[in-house]
Amino acid sequence: MSAPLRRREVVASLLAGRGDMLVVAGLGSTAWDCTAAGDAPLTFPMWGAMGSAATMGLGLALAQPARRVLVVTGDGEMLMGLGALATIGVQRPANLAIAVIDNERYGETGMQETHTASGVDLAAVALACGFAAAQVVRDATGLEAARAALRAGAGPVLAQVKVAPERLPLVLPPREGALLKARFRRALLGPQSEAD
Amino acid sequence: MSDWPAEVHATLREERVQLVGYVPDAGHQRLIDLARADPAMRAVVLSTEEEGVGLAAGAWLGGARCALLMQSSGVGNCINALGMVRECRFPLLMLVTMRGEVGEFNPWQVPMGQATPAVLAAMGVAVQHAASEDEVVPAVSAAARLAFGSYAAVAVLVSQRVIGIKSFQEQAAQ
Repeated sequence: MSAPLRRREVVASLLAGRGDMLVVAGLGSTAWDCTAAGDAPLTFPMWGAMGSAATMGLGLALAQPARRVLVVTGDGEMLMGLGALATIGVQRPANLAIAVIDNERYGETGMQETHTASGVDLAAVALACGFAAAQVVRDATGLEAARAALRAGAGPVLAQVKVAPERLPLVLPPREGALLKARFRRALLGPQSEAD
Repeated sequence: MSDWPAEVHATLREERVQLVGYVPDAGHQRLIDLARADPAMRAVVLSTEEEGVGLAAGAWLGGARCALLMQSSGVGNCINALGMVRECRFPLLMLVTMRGEVGEFNPWQVPMGQATPAVLAAMGVAVQHAASEDEVVPAVSAAARLAFGSYAAVAVLVSQRVIGIKSFQEQAAQ
């Protein structure tokens, strides 16, 4: 058995050479992971609204069908909005991908176990909801395949990436919501973002 | 009887609303059908109203305008997500058909229906009332301009007087 995947390396790999990809980062550790990989205007890190990362990604994907949209979120955050997988399965946006960074823990609150620690299979839920592809990833080989699917495969795609439960230094993005929104829109839409 | 749902649909088109997220309500039935049939709109059925808040915020990040249709009972499902709307100053346009308000026949609808205006106000959502059919279209038009022009969260509460369902039997027959 190979060494467990480490979340910062996984997220850095998913975002490397991201091009014009749009990213939504779920609250907590996944937002810090995305920031550690490089704070960017076209990453929208969430500091609250737990359970909303996937539907944020859906709205963004429907508004920008020509752009790849990647949601990077945690297992606890995804579990809180499980119905979103059904809603996405109905819409089936081909440009939407979700990476669940699954440490089987609520990382910000004391590392209590989530449902995935007891075997709840989010990839199976996504497939049952009508996702085009979904898989559980446990090692570097699997991550390479999942990365290709997340970055360019026909969506909606979900990868549930099992990672080691570890406490890492905080790498915090800006936390003012209005700033995060405005910088994202300006980077994506240009001057039109203020005209509309 | 006016065809206010058709006029609301036309108003949403004029306001360049491209996405309509909804959890069905009998009072929104015709507007949902119109949105689903309109190739210029994408109607997104939600499993819970809270998903609509994320949907609308994500759409705005991507440069698209979204409206949410729900019953007053669904407002309660949105509360925590509305905190993001306020902190980020996302525009939000909610069209809420009221239950538990006037002449309600289901006692379980009354607590959330009565609390709806206060709950929305507590989360920083501007509350605008449409007490009669004649008031619905002007209220939606003004709310859309307030939401998208001023980056505000706005809810239009369509009174149960307008919806006019008075019994389980009538609702089942719709």
